[in-house]
Amino acid sequence: MTLLDFIYYFVLPILSISVILIFIRFIKGPNMVDRIIALDLIVTTGIGFISAYSILYNQPAFLDVAMILALIAFLGTVAFTYYIQQKNK
Amino acid sequence: MITEVIVGILAFSGTLFVLFAAVGMVRMPDTYLRISVTTKAATLGIGLLLMAAAIHSYDIAIFAKVLVIILFILLTAPVSAHLIGRTSYFSGVKLWQDSVMDDLEGKYNSSTDTLNSGEQEEEIKNKPKN
Repeated sequence: MTLLDFIYYFVLPILSISVILIFIRFIKGPNMVDRIIALDLIVTTGIGFISAYSILYNQPAFLDVAMILALIAFLGTVAFTYYIQQKNK
Repeated sequence: MITEVIVGILAFSGTLFVLFAAVGMVRMPDTYLRISVTTKAATLGIGLLLMAAAIHSYDIAIFAKVLVIILFILLTAPVSAHLIGRTSYFSGVKLWQDSVMDDLEGKYNSSTDTLNSGEQEEEIKNKPKN
């Protein structure tokens, strides 16, 4: 079993299962804050997908997208919390 | 060959940490406990996965780029977790029924949107004596 087979048959399916589990919380979430946490974690798992595919296709250029995605996840979380706090006033 | 083994171990352990974070996301009973899960487990898991990609590329420029991404995630994850926790406490999300202590109980003034710390209370108590 080569490294690429290992990533194809173990790493990517487990990451997909984690996204499905997080999405359950995204739909169920009792309040808005739970949904923000779930969205943040889904984007963070997307960074993991990007690094796995960058190993799989031997393309380090994909990691640029990971950097932008990390930035967008942080900015999105800050913006959502800011607007929820403004709404409660 | 040895590089492939190291990359495989790093990628698999990172994936396991992401899976633990996802399971904790579903199983944890409380918003605050979920915040703690996402901050710690997911940050470590994504760091390990990115490190695997950096070692696989075998290039010092890619390695530096990945180190910058990991540093950025390590810096921003606690900040966003703090913001989410602060917002959820202020918007009145209840703690879990079995939670042991709530340090902010009675210290948040929702009408003026301010927090009283312990030191300020001591200053107010000490003033009349002087």
